[in-house]
Amino acid sequence: MREEFDKLADTVCDAPSGIDLVGLAFAAETSDFIRFNHSKVRQATHVEQRNAAVSVVRGQRRATGSVALSGDTGRDTAALLAERDALAAQLVLVPEDKYLLLPDTVTSTTRVSDARLPSAAQVIDAVARHADGTDFVGLYAGGPVVRAFADSRGQRNWHSIASFHFEWSVYRGGDQAVKSSYAGTAWDEAEFARKMTRAREQVALLARPRKTLPPGEYRVYFTPVAVAELLTTLSWGGFGLRAKQTGVSTLIQLHKGEAQLDASVSLTESVSTGIAPRFQDDGFVKPDVVKLVEAGRVAGTLASPRSAKEYGVAATGSNSFESPESLAMAPGSLAERDVLKTLGTGVYLSNLHYLNYSDRLACRMTGMTRFACFAVEHGELVAPISVMRFDDSFLRMFGTGLVALTANADLSPDAQTYGSRTLAGVTAPGAVVDGFRFTL
Amino acid sequence: MDSIEHLARGAAPPADYWSVRAVTEQTERVGVRDDVAEPPVRQHDAGVMVSVICDGGLGYAATSDVSEAGLKRAFTRAAELAAASSKRTVFDYRTVPMPLPDGGYRSPNDKPIAAVSLAEKYDLVQHVCASAKVDAAIVERQAGIWTTRTHQLFVTSDGGRAEQSWDFMVSSLAVVASANGDTQTRSSAGQYNGFCQQGGLEVLDRAEFATDGPRVAREAVELVHARNCPSGEFDVLLMPDQMMLQIHESIGHPLELDRILGDERNFAGTSFVTLDMFGAYQYGSPLLNVTYAPDVHAQFAAFAFDDDGARAERQWIIKGGVLLRPLGGTVSQARARELRADIAGVSTTRACSWNRPPIDRMSNLNVEPGTSTLEQMIASIENGVMMRTNSSWSIDDSRNKFQFGCEYGQMIRNGKLAEVVKRPNYRGISASFWRSLSMVGDAATFQVMGTPYCGKGEPNQVIRVGHAAPACKFSDVTVFSGAN
Repeated sequence: MREEFDKLADTVCDAPSGIDLVGLAFAAETSDFIRFNHSKVRQATHVEQRNAAVSVVRGQRRATGSVALSGDTGRDTAALLAERDALAAQLVLVPEDKYLLLPDTVTSTTRVSDARLPSAAQVIDAVARHADGTDFVGLYAGGPVVRAFADSRGQRNWHSIASFHFEWSVYRGGDQAVKSSYAGTAWDEAEFARKMTRAREQVALLARPRKTLPPGEYRVYFTPVAVAELLTTLSWGGFGLRAKQTGVSTLIQLHKGEAQLDASVSLTESVSTGIAPRFQDDGFVKPDVVKLVEAGRVAGTLASPRSAKEYGVAATGSNSFESPESLAMAPGSLAERDVLKTLGTGVYLSNLHYLNYSDRLACRMTGMTRFACFAVEHGELVAPISVMRFDDSFLRMFGTGLVALTANADLSPDAQTYGSRTLAGVTAPGAVVDGFRFTL
Repeated sequence: MDSIEHLARGAAPPADYWSVRAVTEQTERVGVRDDVAEPPVRQHDAGVMVSVICDGGLGYAATSDVSEAGLKRAFTRAAELAAASSKRTVFDYRTVPMPLPDGGYRSPNDKPIAAVSLAEKYDLVQHVCASAKVDAAIVERQAGIWTTRTHQLFVTSDGGRAEQSWDFMVSSLAVVASANGDTQTRSSAGQYNGFCQQGGLEVLDRAEFATDGPRVAREAVELVHARNCPSGEFDVLLMPDQMMLQIHESIGHPLELDRILGDERNFAGTSFVTLDMFGAYQYGSPLLNVTYAPDVHAQFAAFAFDDDGARAERQWIIKGGVLLRPLGGTVSQARARELRADIAGVSTTRACSWNRPPIDRMSNLNVEPGTSTLEQMIASIENGVMMRTNSSWSIDDSRNKFQFGCEYGQMIRNGKLAEVVKRPNYRGISASFWRSLSMVGDAATFQVMGTPYCGKGEPNQVIRVGHAAPACKFSDVTVFSGAN
């Protein structure tokens, strides 16, 4: 596919007369999606999709159009040339954009990660063998995903990641379940079997009588997955330059110096260690690391090219939403074996669900507990809990409320498949937090 | 599209059943922020989804290669997946009689957007953005229009054929005001495009897009100077641009039959609703009447056939407060009938595009108007809050414990509208909330809205849905505000 892309790029990115710059952002994937319910197949789907967005720039005017591609280089080249030329003709109707910013360096990159992936039949067989007798529901998604960029200046970026992500829940009944996942580049059925064995053991814990907690404040332990849920919400309007400048950032209190997080909290956008591409659709290449929060205080923001031009700062190669794609929270020092002891009496929160802001400027989040969450007494899991709604400020939770971060940080790959499989993830430690507010 | 049908009928393998759904879609977005035009973005998408039922298994394969070779590869792959899943599926797909569609649909499009040049679109959006500059407290103004033209051809192995075309229009207008150390955002119909309908420029007329800028901006300034909404138990008057979210989250999703059957439990969640409830369960007060309404003119998810080819017809979902039928299409209904023989459903199996298989969605789901005027509802409230325009939403995986926030609140005291309040939030439990419905607005309060962003399914799908509702009054609701 690389060869096909290079051929497309060489032809389409040959800027016609009167055009300053042609850019080409390419995306493709070949994916198997196997959906299970009650340990059986609900839907098995294979998707082959390719598209490319061509941009033309003249002065301060730009227009972009994307085209679905067939994989036939001749037909695809013709379609993209037609779109390029139509956009060029349309530029006269496009107002000037004083915030248009283009890359000023040519930085070509290549990252290729191959994988040993199972066939759909192997996945179906594995579930039949190892999930038999359980109420297993989930999705296997696997295959290669490509993102690429080229422009008329000669920049070429290629990012090809082959991987699988299997995420499933084993239900005991009602809304009681244990969530598990297996992601990687080398499928090993024995590893899937081990994870299923672990899930069966955890489901057994749910058989204990369920405890319903009254609303109030609780000492809690968030697993790394639960912390990643909180950080994913924080990524929605928390880290962008534009949100900061217009005052709607959910971390505005940090920016104003009205609040600070615990000194152990550091957050970075770390594309060098993540699975996200290092480049974005305008051709900007991201730095290895962007410091966002350091020792509890704001250290930076993510700046899209437009925001960078508007507010006069350096672009960080961020997407237009200015949200991180490889967010990482630095680990702390709490050993995993000491988590329950440190929690003492409180609540073990494996997963959170459906988070949203209840007050954006106060960085207050609401959401639900989900899956295997337990009441803990004197360092022992004593009972699964009924689902609870929470409403609390991230600034408080990871400020005065933070007791400890675990010594290990885990990568939670973004499992979203809206339109295409996502190449993003959050790396986070677990966290013990005091005074977490359950409301309903 | 005719050639796709010809190619499909030539390329299809021997099978118990097959279908081909070919989709083309053109979109264009034009936006202006703080009087600066953002570059236009347009998309031309095209692809096919093939399904094959063979030996009880079901396989899907999608491709953006719509050539004969592409279709043949897709059929081969779908057949392989059907074979791999045969005898290991949740349901023997051979046993369900698949629909045999014959017909078409074309959305209204009285004033086609294609007749307007790109420069004229920018002129309109520039005007709307500029018109919101009404006060020094305004720190950001954004306006935009998003147009989509979709064409879909669905053909089946037994000669079924449904050809449908839609034009979608979505406008957006949002203003941020900042003063006194606070910042507030106000939008014309929600920051996630609540005013979305089928059609052309006439949709913008109905949205009052060209003239709404000053109103939205004034209300942003009102909010930034307002006090926080008080906390406590209040009567709440929800206007249609919040009712649409309330319907969506606590009626629509819990009634999706695939959730009830467990398909969504790993992602979107399950439902507090069970199959035994249909026909008897008192979902809401006797004032609650809910329809599945694919025939409402210009509503966002109007269509004639769903993506399994089943003809879409209006049905009562809840009548007089009693739950009647779930939101589930052909396959889900067949699966559910193995558990309860008399379960009904509606034709609402839909896919977001060619690259995802169809699943149960809510489509147009509406609360029908009642008999109360807005004035009567306000006059009936001694101490309450009117809330407009959703800004925050969260609900548990059984679709029961919810918490929603709105952009704009207004106190009601002694039967009269009083001061504006900001950050109005409320929470409740679906199973009891709808029983507190105490007045339903008449047709004059009824508005046709929707959302382009209903997310669900594995693999994930974001799809267009429509919600129309009158203003509604709920009694004794837990209301609270933000921290500031």
